[in-house]
Amino acid sequence: MTIAFKPAETFRDDFTYRNSDEAILRFPFPFGEDAYMYSVNIEPHVPAGPSAAYLHAFDIDEHYVAECRERARVLALDPGRCKVLPHMMTAQWDTLELIMESFARDYPEYFSLTKDGSTWTWKNRPLGIEDTFTFGDVSTLPYEPFEYITRQAQGDFTLQDQRNDNLFVDGGMVTTQADWSLEFDIGMSFHEWHAPVPLAHQIGVFDRALKFLLRLQQAQPVRRLNWTMTINPRLDTSPENYPVWGPDRTTVTPDNLAQKVHLRVELQTLFRLPRSNAILFGIRCYLASVGELARVEKWRKRLHRVLRDLPPELEGYKGLGRYRQMTIDYLAPFDDGAVLSKGPQPDQASL
Amino acid sequence: MSSPGTLTLRVREAEMISPLLKRFVLESADRAPLPSTGPGAHLRLMLKDGQRKYRNAYSIAATALDNSAYEIIVRRVPRSRGGSVFLHDHVNAGTIIEADFPGNLFPLSQVARKHLLIGGGIGITPFLGYLAHLRKMPASFELHHFCRVEEEETFGHLLRGADGGKVHLHPELVTEFDLAGMLRTQPLGTHLYVCGPEVFMELVLATARSQGWPCSKLHSESFGGAHAGGAPFVAVLKRSGVEIHVPEDQTLLEAIEAAGVEPPSLCRGGACGQCMTEVLEGEPEHRDHYLSAEEHAAGRAMMICVSRAKGERIVLDL
Repeated sequence: MTIAFKPAETFRDDFTYRNSDEAILRFPFPFGEDAYMYSVNIEPHVPAGPSAAYLHAFDIDEHYVAECRERARVLALDPGRCKVLPHMMTAQWDTLELIMESFARDYPEYFSLTKDGSTWTWKNRPLGIEDTFTFGDVSTLPYEPFEYITRQAQGDFTLQDQRNDNLFVDGGMVTTQADWSLEFDIGMSFHEWHAPVPLAHQIGVFDRALKFLLRLQQAQPVRRLNWTMTINPRLDTSPENYPVWGPDRTTVTPDNLAQKVHLRVELQTLFRLPRSNAILFGIRCYLASVGELARVEKWRKRLHRVLRDLPPELEGYKGLGRYRQMTIDYLAPFDDGAVLSKGPQPDQASL
Repeated sequence: MSSPGTLTLRVREAEMISPLLKRFVLESADRAPLPSTGPGAHLRLMLKDGQRKYRNAYSIAATALDNSAYEIIVRRVPRSRGGSVFLHDHVNAGTIIEADFPGNLFPLSQVARKHLLIGGGIGITPFLGYLAHLRKMPASFELHHFCRVEEEETFGHLLRGADGGKVHLHPELVTEFDLAGMLRTQPLGTHLYVCGPEVFMELVLATARSQGWPCSKLHSESFGGAHAGGAPFVAVLKRSGVEIHVPEDQTLLEAIEAAGVEPPSLCRGGACGQCMTEVLEGEPEHRDHYLSAEEHAAGRAMMICVSRAKGERIVLDL
């Protein structure tokens, strides 16, 4: 499989990021029905799903090189966006092993991993990286193992230590987040770091999710989708940089809405790590503009309905307030009320 | 949850290390690297003796550094369901065995300031995995292992290694040892791990609790509840008119799917509610985390991905 990388894309300033037709069609559209509400929508993370984005343990697409460069930029400005507590070193090596083995298996034309005892050689051709190191010896890598490998992967990652029948977010690489702070959350328990989410606590979503995750087994990863909306294809919508991106919400007009308003979908994956027994949480972020999504007939109608009927509490939490109605008004003329198929798949093979 | 597949293993070595203990080294039948494991991991073997099937879990005592092999030690238990006897009498070098992917219900704490390991008899096996890891970190630890006098040499050999007084082998009953005194002198931040016969573990844990050790610092090995399984039963799908025999090693959902019916399901772990099914007759044995206590008691709905039937027969609205 050949991927047409776009290394010079930007996620800030001039925002040159765009999705090719193929990227639009493989977008993990999150709405399988005409209305949206929270649920424990966890399913096995298997090599099958409504689009190619679901097929690999860790998905790589045309934005890979550009996203890795953007991550490096964020870290240069704010190194605190990657932080792992000292007791999680075994989990760091688990993460490096899992991501390297997954990439080498799923994208052999781009990555290779060879082992000679504890001496591993890793090649990342798209980024031009080749390193030989001793597995387990931090001094043989240019960064600690978690930072080393997550600098070469799309999306954010957190490490959860399992203890006292609970999960604690004891590490993370968080540069593409939807407005949450690793600095603030690090060390928190499962319910603590989910505290800001409205409605879900009252219907017991987090109690059930925690019980489920405590029994997560090695080799049986799970996944779920989360979504919000972002103005401009900006990956770094962190609390730390709110003064930079917050004002973007005031720049949306009916004329620029289709290009500026983006659906932001997180394909979240959860893996039990074997050596540390920790849980790796992958938060793979996908961005597509309303204009791009509107090129899929089913999606422009369904998106209209979901936004129109969204519970008010979710609108507030997801920060949609200022531009939600404008987006509904933009999409309304496309919605003829036709019955749409269940499930998120686009129902068309070309645009 | 349904399994992702199994490992096909070949026994590379099999040797008696004492009259009751047999050591096996297992490699992948295709010699490919095995999945990585952590200290405390176990392997569940699926053994077939003619018509009889055994699914027994054994702690992984060691994993080769290059993941080429796992080592387990099996104690012969004559009065059990027969899995250990089968392994002792019929499984030798060259035998092919199926196994689940490793799991871990007895992991080491990542935050303990000191690890105190107390083992009895065959309970040594997870601690052998712990020792390899603790020595490498290196982490502060102390091991006390209790065994019968006649097994002292065998366990001494298993525990060999330069540990500067950290590893203590006691060829005596734990009741003859000043356990309370030893526990009382442990520094704050010590985690206690115990593995061995049930009565042995209960005694050690009760002693620790009576001194005020909090639950968060007490760990014991348990194989219960990790995987699907239970007494076989018959499930009748009222609307499809199908009668399904659910065997002991298959979930109700798996058995229904095997019969060609595809009920809604999602997480396959009892948490999401997708597979909730109305019970028309019979009593469900609930194993889910979705229904409330009242709903469990009412018995009119069940999660077919993890729950089973209490009796021999259950009728579902499917």
